[in-house]
Amino acid sequence: MIRSVINKFLLVTALVLSSLTLSQAQEHGHEGEVPGEKKKFNVGDMIMHHVKDEHGWELAHGVTIPLPVILYSADRGVEVFSSSRLAHDQTYNGYKQEHGKIHRVNEAGQEVEGAKVYDFSITKNVASLLLSAIILLTLFPAVSRGYARNKGKAPKGVQSLLEPIILFVRDEIAKPSIGPRYGKYLPYLLTLFFFILVNNLLGLLPGAANLTGNIAVTLVLAVITFLIVSFSGNKHYWMHIVKPTGVPIALLPIMIPVEIIGLFMKPLSLMIRLFANITAGHIIILSLLSLIFLANSLASATTSLAISPVVLAFTLFLSLIELLVAFLQAFIFTLLTAMYIGSAVEDHHEADHGIGYEGSEVH
Amino acid sequence: MDLLTPDLGLLFWQVVVFLALFLILRTFAWKPITDSLHERENNIQSALDLAEKTRIEMTALKADNEKLLVQARSEREAILRGAKETADKMVADSRERAAIEGQRMLEQAREAMQNERQALVAQMKKEVVTLSIDIAEKVLRKELSDKTSQEKLVSDLVSNSRLN
Repeated sequence: MIRSVINKFLLVTALVLSSLTLSQAQEHGHEGEVPGEKKKFNVGDMIMHHVKDEHGWELAHGVTIPLPVILYSADRGVEVFSSSRLAHDQTYNGYKQEHGKIHRVNEAGQEVEGAKVYDFSITKNVASLLLSAIILLTLFPAVSRGYARNKGKAPKGVQSLLEPIILFVRDEIAKPSIGPRYGKYLPYLLTLFFFILVNNLLGLLPGAANLTGNIAVTLVLAVITFLIVSFSGNKHYWMHIVKPTGVPIALLPIMIPVEIIGLFMKPLSLMIRLFANITAGHIIILSLLSLIFLANSLASATTSLAISPVVLAFTLFLSLIELLVAFLQAFIFTLLTAMYIGSAVEDHHEADHGIGYEGSEVH
Repeated sequence: MDLLTPDLGLLFWQVVVFLALFLILRTFAWKPITDSLHERENNIQSALDLAEKTRIEMTALKADNEKLLVQARSEREAILRGAKETADKMVADSRERAAIEGQRMLEQAREAMQNERQALVAQMKKEVVTLSIDIAEKVLRKELSDKTSQEKLVSDLVSNSRLN
C-alpha cells in the first residue's frame, strides 16, 4: 500500500518535472532558432522521432538497419522492397516517404491524389514486436521443458527465475480477481503480462523501439481484453448494465448511458494508460538527455559538459523508475484485465461493485 | 499529432503476432507449466497429508502398544495370582491330607496299643490266675492243717487281692 503511494508520488513528480523541462526546452528551442548562428537542435523533433515508429531501425545516428517495406495497393498488388530505398527522401518505384508515411508520387515527385496505399511494412516497431515474440517463444517453451526435465525436482535456471512471476500472475492476479474459473483465462493473462513486460523492458534499451508506448499496440491489447470480457460476460454482467442494482428507477436514464460508456471506458483506459505511461517515460528520459545538447547549442560545449553529470544522474534515476514502471504497467494491465473478466464471470453482483473497482484503478 | 493515430500496418502485425504468440504459448508453455505447477502442488499437499496421516497412525499405534502393555501386565498379574492361589491351595490340601493321615496313624497306633494292652492284661490275668491257683494250691497243701491258719490265710489273700 505504502509502496504504491510512493510509486504514484514518484510518477507524479517525474511527470511534473518532465513537463517543466519540456516547456523550458521548447522555449529555449525557439530562442535558439532566432540567432541562427549555432547548430539548431530541435528537442521536440528529436523526441518524436525516437518515440514514433519508422521504416528501418536507426540504432544510432546514421546507423540504420534496413527493414522490408511491404505495400499493398489495389492496382499494383503487394510490393516488397528494402526501406533503405526510401531513405534520405529518395523516390523508389513511385513511392516516397514523408513524415514516416509512404505515399504514391508521380514523376515530378508530387503526391498522387486518391491512390490509396496500405502499408504493412516491417517497421522498427514490427521488428521489435517480432523480436519480443522470438524472445518469448524461446524463453517459455524452455521453461516448460525445464518442468518436464526436472520433474519431481527443484526448479533450475531460467525456470526458477520465471516461476515466481508465473505463480504471482496466477496466485495474486488471476485467482483473487477472477475466482474459481481463473484457469480458462490464465493463458491469456500470462501471455499479456509477459508480452507487455518484455516489450517494456526492450523499450528501455538504447536504440530500441517504443512498442508498448505505441497506441496501435495498446489498442489491440485493449480490444482483445474487451472481446474476452464481453464474450465471457454472464447474465448478471449484462443485466447490471440495463438494470443496475440498488439504483432508483428515476436515475436509470442517467445510469444506463453511464454503464454503457463504462463498458467502453474500461478498455479505453487500459489502452491509454499503458501508452501514456511508457511514452511519457521515454519522453522524460529523452528530454533530460537533450538538456545536454540544448546547453551546447544555447551556451557552449563547456556548459554542456558541466551540466552533463547532473543530467546523467537524473537520467539514471528516471531509468530506474522506468524499470519499475515497466513491471508496474505490465502488472496493472494484467490485473485490470483480470478484474474486468472477474466482474464479467462473477455469479452475483454486489450493489456497489462498480464503485468498488473504480476506486481501485491505478492511473 | 500522429502519435495518437494507430498505424494500420502495426495494428495488423500486432493482431497477428500477439494471437500467434498466445496460441503457441498456450499450447507449448502455459499448459505444461501450469499443469506441472499444479501437479507439484498436489504432490506436496499429498506428501503433507501423508505425513499427517502417518503421525496420526503412529499415535494410534502408540496407544495400541500402551493398551497391549497394560493388558499384558494385567494378564501377568492374573497368572501370578492364579499360580499363587494354586500353590496355596496345594499346600493347604497337603497339610490337610497330612493332618488326616497323622490322625489316622495316631488312631491306628492307639488302637494297636489298646489291643496290645488288652492282650497284655489278659495275659497277666491268666498268669495271675495261674499263679494264684499255684499259690492257692501250695498254701492249701501246706496250711490247711489248722483251721485258724486257714482262715488267716484266706483273709490275707483276700486283703492282698483287694490291694491288687
